[in-house]
Amino acid sequence: MKVEKQVTSGQLDFTFTRRAVFVGGVQAAIGATVAARMSYIAVADNEKYKLLAESNRVNLTIIPPRRGWFIDRYGKPIATNRADFRVDIIPDRLVRKEETIATLANLLALSSDDVDRINRELKQAQGFQPVQVADGLDYERFAAVSVRLPDLPGVSPRQGYSRFYPSGAAVGHLIGYVGTVSAEEYQKNKNPLLITPGFKVGKDGLEKTLEDKLQGEPGAKRTEVTARGKIVRELTTRPDTPGKPVQLTIDIDLHNYAARRLGLESGSVVVFDCLTGDILTMASMPCYDPNSFSDGIGRIEWKMLNSDDHIPMLNKALQGLYPPGSTLKPMAGLAMLKHGVDPEETVTCGGGYRLGNRVFKCLGRHGPVNMPTAIMKSCNTYFYSMGRRVGYDNIAPIARELGLGQEFPLPFPSQRYGTVPDSEWKMRKFGQKWTESDTLNAVIGQGYIIASPFQLGLMAARIASGHNLLPEIIKKNRAAPNLLSFPQEHLDVVRKGMDLVVNGAGTAVRSRLQLENVAMAGKTGTAQVRRIEGAQRGQSGAWKYRDHGLFVCFAPVEQPRYGAAVVIEHGLGGARAAAPIAKDVLTFLYDREQAMASLEALEAGWGGNIEQRMAAKYAAFQGQPADPPPLDPTA
Amino acid sequence: MNGIVPAPIATLPWRVIFILMALVGFGATVLYSTAGGHLEPWAGKHVARFLVLLAMAIVMSRLRMEFWKSITFPLYLALIFLLIVVEFLGFVGGGSQRWINLGIITLQPSELMKPVMVLAAAWFFDRLPPNRISGIDAIWPVAALLVIPSALVIIQPDFDAAIAYAFGLGVVAFLAGLPLIYFIGAAAAVAIFAPLVYFFGMKPYQQDRVLIFLNPENDPLGAGYHITQSKIAIGSGGIFGKGFGNGTQSHLDYLPEGHTDFVFATMAEEWGIVGGFFILGLYVLLMRWGLGVAMQSKTRYGQLVAAGLTCTIFFYIMINLLMVVGLAPVAGIPLPFVSHGGSSMLTMMICVGIIMSIERHPGAKRGQFS
Repeated sequence: MKVEKQVTSGQLDFTFTRRAVFVGGVQAAIGATVAARMSYIAVADNEKYKLLAESNRVNLTIIPPRRGWFIDRYGKPIATNRADFRVDIIPDRLVRKEETIATLANLLALSSDDVDRINRELKQAQGFQPVQVADGLDYERFAAVSVRLPDLPGVSPRQGYSRFYPSGAAVGHLIGYVGTVSAEEYQKNKNPLLITPGFKVGKDGLEKTLEDKLQGEPGAKRTEVTARGKIVRELTTRPDTPGKPVQLTIDIDLHNYAARRLGLESGSVVVFDCLTGDILTMASMPCYDPNSFSDGIGRIEWKMLNSDDHIPMLNKALQGLYPPGSTLKPMAGLAMLKHGVDPEETVTCGGGYRLGNRVFKCLGRHGPVNMPTAIMKSCNTYFYSMGRRVGYDNIAPIARELGLGQEFPLPFPSQRYGTVPDSEWKMRKFGQKWTESDTLNAVIGQGYIIASPFQLGLMAARIASGHNLLPEIIKKNRAAPNLLSFPQEHLDVVRKGMDLVVNGAGTAVRSRLQLENVAMAGKTGTAQVRRIEGAQRGQSGAWKYRDHGLFVCFAPVEQPRYGAAVVIEHGLGGARAAAPIAKDVLTFLYDREQAMASLEALEAGWGGNIEQRMAAKYAAFQGQPADPPPLDPTA
Repeated sequence: MNGIVPAPIATLPWRVIFILMALVGFGATVLYSTAGGHLEPWAGKHVARFLVLLAMAIVMSRLRMEFWKSITFPLYLALIFLLIVVEFLGFVGGGSQRWINLGIITLQPSELMKPVMVLAAAWFFDRLPPNRISGIDAIWPVAALLVIPSALVIIQPDFDAAIAYAFGLGVVAFLAGLPLIYFIGAAAAVAIFAPLVYFFGMKPYQQDRVLIFLNPENDPLGAGYHITQSKIAIGSGGIFGKGFGNGTQSHLDYLPEGHTDFVFATMAEEWGIVGGFFILGLYVLLMRWGLGVAMQSKTRYGQLVAAGLTCTIFFYIMINLLMVVGLAPVAGIPLPFVSHGGSSMLTMMICVGIIMSIERHPGAKRGQFS
């Protein structure tokens, strides 16, 4: 078709008409497309888009439930909730990080340690997790942040509740602490409650193990919001259901007293009710202040806790394991009686016991001693001799019957149960036969045997009551405990020996209770931290090489009601470090004024009560001069 | 009618005026609701602006076609000049600037160029001897008419305007009888080059925009947000809508630009597809009127101008509606006569005025047999 077509204007006119109709058709087709698309969106997908529009419009805010309280056996609060004004940062809404934090630091007078912590938590927060800036704010500071909100995207001021522990550090190991949910915990079940600002979960101790009971049901607030998050109006609000309170067997006053009485020492006090097995006190010091954790702990405070050689993060009552030393002698006495040893039979102590070519030393030359005297004087020679006669495989079951090496179903995240060795155990563990010298070591509580202060306290309570007491921390009505396998005469012999320790001419006479009608019986113990070498006997030198001081006891002697154990790490000896504390703690049960008077005298020398000492330590750790302790610590 | 209504009023093009009044009136109703039940800041201005521009259009309708033909090319050159001036002032101002401030009004030459491009193309094809329509002579002047202003607006940068020019000019060229092979070829070229441009010519962020257009849910908080919110507004409206004043998407600011580019979604949320079909129906009537005027025009210039301007109006409607229902990418193009905004209303009313002028003066059929 090389010939060029001759086009006329008439043809073009015709072309125009045809093409104009075509253009009109295309327009109609596009119009129909729009109409069809619109109908599809608005009719077929109507439900879906209605929901989306509604979820745009309505902002559901979860109201975190108030946490259930911990109360003591008499209903006194151990852990409560304090209403507070708080400020959080929602990391994924944060726009100008540095600027915002600087503004907040200025408005809220944050310390550099706080700013460090906020930056650190922001780095780990992964977008969804609120980071606490500050809580416990007064209304003025809270309002100062609130009015600047439009310039501070990502900042969320709110009124909420924070966990409060009136006893502070005294209950740290017992109750644990709460904190914000970690990323891993949130990943496990994507419950939106977990990432609600201000929501805390238990991180340690009973707070952690009883989480389900304490948590409660969240409430919800529905608000209509604009695209920029401005609240237009409130729609409906459903209040939260607070978590249930948990009543513990603890006597919080006694517990606080015990914690304070531990003073500068590193140790623990456990007191049992001999009628039921209820745990009345389980103090372990030094400890962290759980209030610091529920606020989000500062870096310096964290470093201070971790660098302390007294290990404030360790619950020494349940997780500390020590050679029980001579505190096991009453238990060994029960075993010997059971296996035919006459309590009146005497062993002459000449300062030691010869086994083959090795001499096992006694702490003194006690002359002829029978069983009660041997307990009173803590005569090793007697127990070496009788222990060897009975054999340790006959003693170990008694140790277990009294709670050593035994596991208890208590709601604590971690407990340690120690070891009660015997020949079978040694064979399993080391592939070696049990030897006579193993028996001699074990019978005086050295060598392989280790136990926790909790177990030692329970042992004392079981000896005192003669019943198979089962320890319990949650208050409930329980069946009366069963009797142990010991006849009353055997128990009387051992209790007599323990009575003499304190009230006779024993090792703890200086810790006799200064009370009318109430006497305490007990047994001291000193646990070697390292081998005795020459003159080095663990009574001097660096703190961490000194012997542990232990004391188990019960009171009153006649009708035992309380069984207790005190373990002081590196306290040199039971009589010197542990027994005086046990004396004051038991005194507190009968005469608070006398007990408080002796405590206050001591605290004046220690630099104040727990709170004052911790504050001073914190200030010193920061390199700042600490406030001098007040002259009158009660002021 | 005669005797009761004065002749100047009776002879007004009432049909199109009613269509426009319905559109503007409904638009004002939607704008009134969007402002939370207030005439300020949009609805009142919208109606006032329309009335002023309607008067202007009626004045324009009185002008003869010869007048339009005679000023077409000078107007085109003047706008090219203004585009260059804007460019120059823009550089001085240190950024992209599309407006010239004349004191009383701000003039946007790139917007005015849209109808003038149609006039210029019609003017050219009217002058082109019919037998040259298939030759190379028909191509390069058309290309030159398009390339010069397009290049100037692309520098601004305003791609939307350049596409509008190409559309107006293309429609006129198509109706003028340019061989179909050119259009088929152009479509084929786009089909071939679009993927090539996508894979080799675009930077990653530009590719992302294309992907987001194809699947807006992928980027619900970024560029896809507008489309998603628009679909939510339309979709949640259902058949009869949520009722006047009850649209939450627009009232709570979820729908961006609810009074300008996304006014259709605002409307659909409260009036449902019933309202949507009402607006579509009015546009159908408007298009029928415009194309009808073109068909009835006796002159080639009149035919091409009327049809071309109708398609310019259609271009706005099409891009906007396809955008709000999620079938076209987000472009800053308002919905004619409904969206709030002065510049687009001015352009639309210029188009209407000229078409009205052609309706009033269909001209004498020329040609060798007349």
